Amino acid sequence: MARKQSALMQLTGYRRTNGRVGVRNHVLVLPVDDLSNSAAEGVARLINGARALPHPYGRLQFGPDLELTFKTLSGTGANANVYGVIVIGIEPKWTERVAEGIAKTGKPVEMFSVERHGDLNTINMASRAAYKLVQEASEVRREPIEVSDLVLSIKCGESDPTLGLAGNPAQGRAVDRLIDMGASVIFGETSELTGGEHLIANRCATPALKKKFQQIYDDYIAVIQGQGVDLLGSQPTEGNIRGGLSTIEEKALGNIQKTGSRPVNAVLNYAEEVQPGQGLVFMNSSSAGAEQVTLCAVGGSVLHFFTTGQGNVVGHPLIPVIKVSPNPITCSTMSEHIDVPLPDLLVGDIDLDQAADRIMNVFERTVNGRMTAAELLRHEEFVITKLYPSA
Amino acid sequence: MAHRALAHRTTDDVAVAVADLRAGESLEIQTLDGGKPHKVRLLEDVPLGHKVALKDLPEGHIVIEYGEKVGRMTRAVKKGGYVHVHNIHTLRWDYGKPSRVVDAKRSPLLGRGSRAKKGGK
Repeated sequence: MARKQSALMQLTGYRRTNGRVGVRNHVLVLPVDDLSNSAAEGVARLINGARALPHPYGRLQFGPDLELTFKTLSGTGANANVYGVIVIGIEPKWTERVAEGIAKTGKPVEMFSVERHGDLNTINMASRAAYKLVQEASEVRREPIEVSDLVLSIKCGESDPTLGLAGNPAQGRAVDRLIDMGASVIFGETSELTGGEHLIANRCATPALKKKFQQIYDDYIAVIQGQGVDLLGSQPTEGNIRGGLSTIEEKALGNIQKTGSRPVNAVLNYAEEVQPGQGLVFMNSSSAGAEQVTLCAVGGSVLHFFTTGQGNVVGHPLIPVIKVSPNPITCSTMSEHIDVPLPDLLVGDIDLDQAADRIMNVFERTVNGRMTAAELLRHEEFVITKLYPSA
Repeated sequence: MAHRALAHRTTDDVAVAVADLRAGESLEIQTLDGGKPHKVRLLEDVPLGHKVALKDLPEGHIVIEYGEKVGRMTRAVKKGGYVHVHNIHTLRWDYGKPSRVVDAKRSPLLGRGSRAKKGGK
């Protein structure tokens, strides 16, 4: 059944000039810093189809934290779900840096800076550029694509033991199928592997990768403990505890189920680029939903699977986030947030392969343009991972 | 017949309720690895998603779920009892915080947190 389904799957998407493939066709208005949010949002209000990504950072950051913000902004613009980008910053230098990072992909990029123009003139100029880009984008046609063209990503949130029992094993089976068809699938949530980190370490494809993974994990835990604290009270979250998770180990062991069974072929740090055909890829990341999804999109993910127990509602401005839940309470009280309800899997009325078929069916339709719950409800969380305070 | 509770492994100490369970219910709990089902009579209500003890778990017992260590019992629970944060504690960062740990005795399996703390941080 699974094999037949994959053979029948017909996917369409957008092939970009750098060879990468997207499943959406957005025009982005990207502020480099907090000060430029107003101008970016002004453009998005004027031009139908232009999407602003306001955020609180981009000023007086330094060192690796600044690098990560630059990487996050240019990587988001470079994402294959984006046709073209208007970059707006307070001054031209950093604006140029972000714009150049995106222009390497060959996609159209225009940049504007607010100083010596003011918001109103900037909005005027940037809106005329956005007008042109949106019109061009509207004429780009979908083409047939393959699963092997795609970089995808996974995370779970507001987890409870129904995920470990049902939702995540079903997602894991879908992940195995997608990897066997040639997709890359990114997972992360470094601190949330605590209690099961040895299982991921043992799935790393080479001893060097295993060593790198262990180093990233140990460093993350050292940062937490460097604050003189621990994760009690944060991991598991109050939502997790309400749902029945008692310890971080129990949460981690459930979490890991969604990674399926294939080897970990790459171990990356925050926001590093993922190529199609890499299989299962670990990326160092926070376990907070929006931060992790934002980093996956920066790495190149064009579609995200998000399993939830208690009902995390996270989305992303550019990549569709497919919500999967086996929890019957969540599926009935929050049905508008769930794309793939699996309460029948939880009580054994369907098996894991049937559940994975259901996930794959929604995957196919979502790739081809069906809007997800998060897209319909305007869940457009964009959260830059911050490493330490600004200067 | 629809499941009421499920265990990951036959050897696990706990199972997960997949419906709201009532004290007094008698259950035959299947395991996902296809092992022998556990017959359990519930001593307490256990809400959907929460855990029920599959055997008597004494204080200090290292709890196994998914075939892995998931915590330490801070007070004993009988077979059919409710297992959650009131009677289980993580093995990581397990250094006897009074607000979280009923039994302040240190775990035999100190987490990394404890080592780091002793190291002078």
